[in-house]
Amino acid sequence: MLELDAVRIEQDGFRLAADLAVPRGALVAVIGPSGAGKSTLLGAIAGFVPVADGRILWDGRDIGALAPGARPLSILFQDQNLFPHLTLAENVGLGLHPGLRLTGSDRAQVAEALARTGLSALAGRRPGQVSGGEQGRAALARLLLRRRPLWLLDEPFAALGPALKAEMLDLCAGIAAETGATVLMVSHDPADARRFAPETILVAGGRAEPPRPTAALLADPPPALADYLGQ
Amino acid sequence: MARRAGTLNLAAGAAAAGVGLLTLVPLAAVAWRAGGLPAPGPADWAVLRFTLWQAVLSATLSAGLAVPVARALARRRFAGRGLIITLLGAPFLLPVIVAVLGLVAIFGRAGLMNAGLSALGLPTVSVYGLGGVVLAHVFLNLPLATRLILQGWLSIPSERFRLAESLGMGPAEVRRFLEAPMLAAVMPGAWLAIFLVCLTSFAVALVLGGGPGATTLEVAIYQAFRFEFDLGRAAALALMQAALCLAAVTVAGRAASRPGPGAGLDRAGARVPAGGIWRRAVDTLAIGLATAFLLAPLAAVVVSGLPNVAGLPPAVWAAAGRSLAMALAATGLALALALPLALAAARAEGRGTGWGAIAMLPLAVSPMVVGTGLFLLLRGLAPPAVLALPVTVAVNAAMALPFAFHALLPAARALTADYGRLADSLGMAGLARLRLLTLPRLRRPLGFSAGIAAAFAMGDLGVVALFGDPDRATLPLQLYRLMGAYRMEAAAGAAVLLMALTLGLFWIFDRGGRADA
Repeated sequence: MLELDAVRIEQDGFRLAADLAVPRGALVAVIGPSGAGKSTLLGAIAGFVPVADGRILWDGRDIGALAPGARPLSILFQDQNLFPHLTLAENVGLGLHPGLRLTGSDRAQVAEALARTGLSALAGRRPGQVSGGEQGRAALARLLLRRRPLWLLDEPFAALGPALKAEMLDLCAGIAAETGATVLMVSHDPADARRFAPETILVAGGRAEPPRPTAALLADPPPALADYLGQ
Repeated sequence: MARRAGTLNLAAGAAAAGVGLLTLVPLAAVAWRAGGLPAPGPADWAVLRFTLWQAVLSATLSAGLAVPVARALARRRFAGRGLIITLLGAPFLLPVIVAVLGLVAIFGRAGLMNAGLSALGLPTVSVYGLGGVVLAHVFLNLPLATRLILQGWLSIPSERFRLAESLGMGPAEVRRFLEAPMLAAVMPGAWLAIFLVCLTSFAVALVLGGGPGATTLEVAIYQAFRFEFDLGRAAALALMQAALCLAAVTVAGRAASRPGPGAGLDRAGARVPAGGIWRRAVDTLAIGLATAFLLAPLAAVVVSGLPNVAGLPPAVWAAAGRSLAMALAATGLALALALPLALAAARAEGRGTGWGAIAMLPLAVSPMVVGTGLFLLLRGLAPPAVLALPVTVAVNAAMALPFAFHALLPAARALTADYGRLADSLGMAGLARLRLLTLPRLRRPLGFSAGIAAAFAMGDLGVVALFGDPDRATLPLQLYRLMGAYRMEAAAGAAVLLMALTLGLFWIFDRGGRADA
């Protein structure tokens, strides 16, 4: 379980408070007006944004002092999720060993993850030589291999077209269900939240609210969300 | 973040300590040795005056003469223009001693110019003394100044010229409203850069200067050290030199950069107005004269040297081998210092840490100051002959550091911004991060920096002369010896070899960084 215990983030006049919990295995959307702090919230959980006060706990353990790579989570950013000078197989292999020292069984796992995401034929290509959707699949394959229990998705598929994005979200949900991962997914599109996430965290007015059922939240949005949705 | 920053800060801290060992520690040794000595005498003040005066003249003439050349290159388009601009980059890498040899071939006692003057029955001129020193500095720095000022011209958005034309402005108004403000912004920087280089001039003043009336501080330190073996005086002069450099670097740092000409869309079509026949003639003259001035000395060296390369004595080849090894070692050390500092500076962006200032420290000390200081520190440990090459490696690495740092910094910033968080989130740290991320992504600037460092070290005639052991001479020192012995044909041959090795090293490293990224 992820717990944000009275967390406060302060950055150059920007403030965000969060006091919430997300149960293990939940698929949660994070929505709210742009600039409200959705990415900042994920950045704080991942260890890129300093936390002014409060604790971040995973299964009761305070992870606030750990380096980003040592936290029990994987994060996908809006872009630059792959190294352009490494092949897809190497990028995926980084999920097993950050120095790419891979054993024979590691290589077999990489091949399996590439097959699972439909990339077997492209293993030797570099990111610049494949499509945006295929880049997204490679990032998901790495997520699969890292086997971290918490995934933070900061709109990694925002640049894809609607059909491709839906396909990615379905693939992501499928892999998350297989591995029992807990997923926090930033989105500015309520349709994504409805499709993917039974629950939603609303970030607005300097606060990240505890997760609420997505359908109910969208059907009867509080004023800040209603303004954002244009209702 | 803590662990990753730890590895990097450790490496950057080690590099900073290394820079301190190569700059501040020798400086402290010099200051300590110079302490308690009598105040500088009239001869020392004369040296200081000459050092300042030649640097002022060199900087003023270089920057001033560069204006018509840059203006001509900015408003003319002709076949070979790109080649000339590329060529302007070469003197930056050219070994100073080769340039001096070429200038002597053209302007020296038996040079082409005096041959022409005496054929016309005119009095001959001497290339030695203040005139020769300034001539050589203009030769070496005119290209740099031209490139800096040309940048300024090209940075004026073409829309400004279009607007000026639409308002009916003539050449005088364009000069007043567009070109004069640009020059006012660009010239102080160019002038200061050249002034700084000339303050620490050694090889030029060693060959073309000399005597109490034409000795720079660097040469005076060398003479006190090598001929009088008066370490106290050498240290006192070194302290004077260090104070001068420090003052100049501080002024250069303070010189606030003025606002540029503002943004434009740089639409094609409108550009610096070409003007009429009169301006065309002036521009042709400026480009022609500058090109001839820069090419003639080099051509003279190549023509007289090329046939002599094969017959060079074994001592020259041995010196070439030593120089290559020394240059490669200095290159490795320079990069080992520059890379961690650049990465740490990129990472600390906005938090105002002093990594950049540390990388600039070598500008505040001159090679002779560092050389004298290191000798004072190490002389108890090993004989001078053994120290010669290691000290030369260390000094050359330190002198290349500011250039390597500046070449690496933009790419290091981009690397941190684009992939720093991804690498952190995957737990990539230490050597794995260096191998999988940093080295592949920074290949180009690393290759370029290595090329600059290797070329500087290969062509440098500086601190190695302090130790001046014939069995441990570098190629530039060997070339200087041949000139001193009036073996001009062998000297020209060695100069061609040196030029080829220097430019070749730069080309190989720079090329290596570009090949298939």
